Amino acid sequence: MSEHQGFFQDHYNITARAVEKVLSAALKRGGDFADLYFEYAVQEAINLEESLVKGTSKNIAQGVGVRVVSGDKTGYAYTEELTPDKMLQAARTASLIAQERSGTGPVSVDGPRGPEQQLYASSRPLVEFDAATKLDLMNRADRAARGYDPRIKEVQVSLSSEIRIVSIANSQGFWITDYRPLCRMMVVCIAQDGASRQVGNQGGGGRSGLEFFDSKPPEYFAHQAARQALIQLDAREAPAGSLEVILGTGWPGILLHEAVGHGLEADFNRKKISAFSGLIGQRVASELCTVVDDGTLPLRRGSLNVDDEGTPTHSTVLIENGILRGYMQDRLSARLMKAELTGNGRRQSYAHIPMPRMTNTFMPPGPHSKDEIISSVRFGLYAVSFGGGQVDITNGKFVFSASEAYLIEDGKITAPVRGATLIGNGPDVLTKVTMVGNDLQLDEGVGFCGKHGQLIPVGVGLPTVKVRSLTVGGTSV
Amino acid sequence: MEAIDLQLARETVQKALQAGATAADCILRTEEELNLTVRLGQVETLQQARSSGLGLRIFHHRRVAITSTSDLSWPSIERLIAETLDLARLMSEDPSAGLPDPAWIQGEPKDLQLWDSDGLSLPQEKKLDLVRTAEQAALDYDPRITNSEGASFSQVDRKTCLASSAGFEGEYRSSLFSLSATPVAGADGQLQRDFWFTESRRFQELDSPEEVGRIAAARALRRLGARRVKTQEVPVVFEPLPASSLLDEIFNAASGSAIYRKASFFTGKLGSRVAAPQVTVIDSGSRPGGLGSRPFDDEGILTRTTHIIVDGVLESYLCDSYAARKLDLHPTGNASRSLAAPPRVAANNLYLKPGPARPTEILASVSNGFYLTDLIGFGVNLVTGDYSRGASGHWIENGRLSHPVEEVTVAGNLNRMLVELVEIGNDLEFRTPIASPTLKIARMTVSGE
Repeated sequence: MSEHQGFFQDHYNITARAVEKVLSAALKRGGDFADLYFEYAVQEAINLEESLVKGTSKNIAQGVGVRVVSGDKTGYAYTEELTPDKMLQAARTASLIAQERSGTGPVSVDGPRGPEQQLYASSRPLVEFDAATKLDLMNRADRAARGYDPRIKEVQVSLSSEIRIVSIANSQGFWITDYRPLCRMMVVCIAQDGASRQVGNQGGGGRSGLEFFDSKPPEYFAHQAARQALIQLDAREAPAGSLEVILGTGWPGILLHEAVGHGLEADFNRKKISAFSGLIGQRVASELCTVVDDGTLPLRRGSLNVDDEGTPTHSTVLIENGILRGYMQDRLSARLMKAELTGNGRRQSYAHIPMPRMTNTFMPPGPHSKDEIISSVRFGLYAVSFGGGQVDITNGKFVFSASEAYLIEDGKITAPVRGATLIGNGPDVLTKVTMVGNDLQLDEGVGFCGKHGQLIPVGVGLPTVKVRSLTVGGTSV
Repeated sequence: MEAIDLQLARETVQKALQAGATAADCILRTEEELNLTVRLGQVETLQQARSSGLGLRIFHHRRVAITSTSDLSWPSIERLIAETLDLARLMSEDPSAGLPDPAWIQGEPKDLQLWDSDGLSLPQEKKLDLVRTAEQAALDYDPRITNSEGASFSQVDRKTCLASSAGFEGEYRSSLFSLSATPVAGADGQLQRDFWFTESRRFQELDSPEEVGRIAAARALRRLGARRVKTQEVPVVFEPLPASSLLDEIFNAASGSAIYRKASFFTGKLGSRVAAPQVTVIDSGSRPGGLGSRPFDDEGILTRTTHIIVDGVLESYLCDSYAARKLDLHPTGNASRSLAAPPRVAANNLYLKPGPARPTEILASVSNGFYLTDLIGFGVNLVTGDYSRGASGHWIENGRLSHPVEEVTVAGNLNRMLVELVEIGNDLEFRTPIASPTLKIARMTVSGE
């Protein structure tokens, strides 16, 4: 992807000299560190409902964010106009955070170069394909969902695709450009039988182009969404209370994201406001549990060649055989905590300050087969599909909401139940994991994570997992 | 902010029509923002920026495309017009697509006093003092306030211009100031965090920083010692903030876009009783100085007051022009769009009419129940009304708060919850654009041990 390295030079005349000038201005009043985050993004979304392609929206945005870090203080400014004047003005605004010392001296940068990892380089991004190709994918999903069962009455299909060219230069002389594709299809089905209406949804995507749909065609997502809506038509009330819970593979990995992931982001721990603060080296999970955050998985939604501070992403072991091993770092926290960078400094866009965030968070497979896990439960809940989740990182309480779940009675999956929220306590929920399946799957690639108002794409993954006790928020007492 | 004006929006629409569009509208937004955070007495972040962008919607007969850009030069806008027109031609013909009918665009936008230019230009040091004072008030409130996630101030100065070939032109400026504090309380190995905030169109109308800090601290402290409770069906009293989130679900169900998609449990219920007789829900977009006020919506329809539920009867859905056409209704001035996306239906100032009871009287009416002060998670199914969310609060015994509660869920179905909304407090405050007084639901499942 070397043709993208010079993108900002070719289109906006951003030369090494220009970068040096802005960085030097940023550090004019002192400060430990400064960086520039150039971004050019093209995002497109197409919506289909009632079998009509009802509209498309396309957004083109460019800008640069200037950050100055002084101790634990951050100054930030951005501009959409990539002109020398506007960039210098942003640098001066960001520089106001550092007031005590004199300038940090001249900065010299080389480059830009490209990333060493190439996790998504082979793709032609979906956003660059013609509309007919994309509309065909969407119409296929619509037809497949409607053809699945006559009780499927409403179908909505959306297809989003984007590319982002980001170029990160910092006062240590480092400058790197990364070219990032992303796509995502969502299918929502409403099933109706008599007066009863139910909804099902499924989607998928990743940092790949049209070839994504070779292995997971639109019909796959359509059938899954339709199936889920139809199953719900027969669902009974969900149970309420503490139950044995088996989590299915893939997206139920949102358990890890909410229960432990956020609490292990370094900023919360540096400030000692996380329920996990000070627990490194201690047991926070059963021996069966290892949890990894891995930004290096090819083509995955949560993967990045380099994070949004230019650090190559890593595979970071958060929990190893039940013992808490480490936090996810950005530059600011790593420097203040004297820790190694982990490639988790991420941001929503040039208008946002980076912070420690997850990439793809999952649990590697364990020894048990799915059948043996299910047959071990006398009465419990088998939750296979989830909507969103949330956590209070300070008291550790987290929730995630099941959208497809079944009762397990005497070792067998029996009736489907209505959606319910599950709630637990992050620092001890994994100590109650008594069985881990050998069937790890990553999610289909639809997840967003929100933190301090910034949304970014992430991935999760889980093998079938049995939790001895988790509170299930149904209505049936 | 002078560079962005109505003239640019008007000329963009004219050029789109000249290029072959059959109808078009253009929205321009400029924002200047300032964000300050302080943690443990030190400035933590200082963020300042100005941004502007243009959103273009082009119709080619009954086909539509939307684009946006932050490059406002004429060559860029002309390229955008051509590209948008090409995209629109590829869409399906949709009989309901179109700008608002000219008959829907009537009257003159009012000045709703949404812009406080003096407050915006007050020196940054004064604003920093507010943040420091709010955090310090929280830290000083009680020795068990042991840490802080910080306090923050933000202000936005926004200008919105809209021109539409349906015959509308308008512009307005608005400001928004907010101040919040997030202290952490610790005791007996337990940590609890909470926050409090104040938000206003006018700087002078913010609550005092001391009050923000003290309330935030009291809220964190009252969580200390929280534990789970046994699973049971009990009355649940919602404090105003979580009650407003419940009201948000009612709004989502009454949104015309959910109705025409048959994706709401209110589908087909217009004119029917959907709630207890004391329930009246109103959306008002034109209240002077309101947090959710605006003179016209993002399609150029003047904002107004809409009675959604009156004495328990569903009287009105909220519609943008698309939903209105689909449902054969009138739009209600609730269209909202980001520059890069189609309009959607959004609440303006949505509130539940207060009742006669003081909150303490409502608590006193409960012999065994749950006082819900915080909700987390997303467990609401709008199609069925199924409701299941994470919660914390206090247990109520014999009309009094007995101990803090956490790690429980509350569940029910919104259809039934609305009918069993048996008491409404007199404590309505417009602290957020969607606001509710204290509410009591006769019966929900609290799930814990």
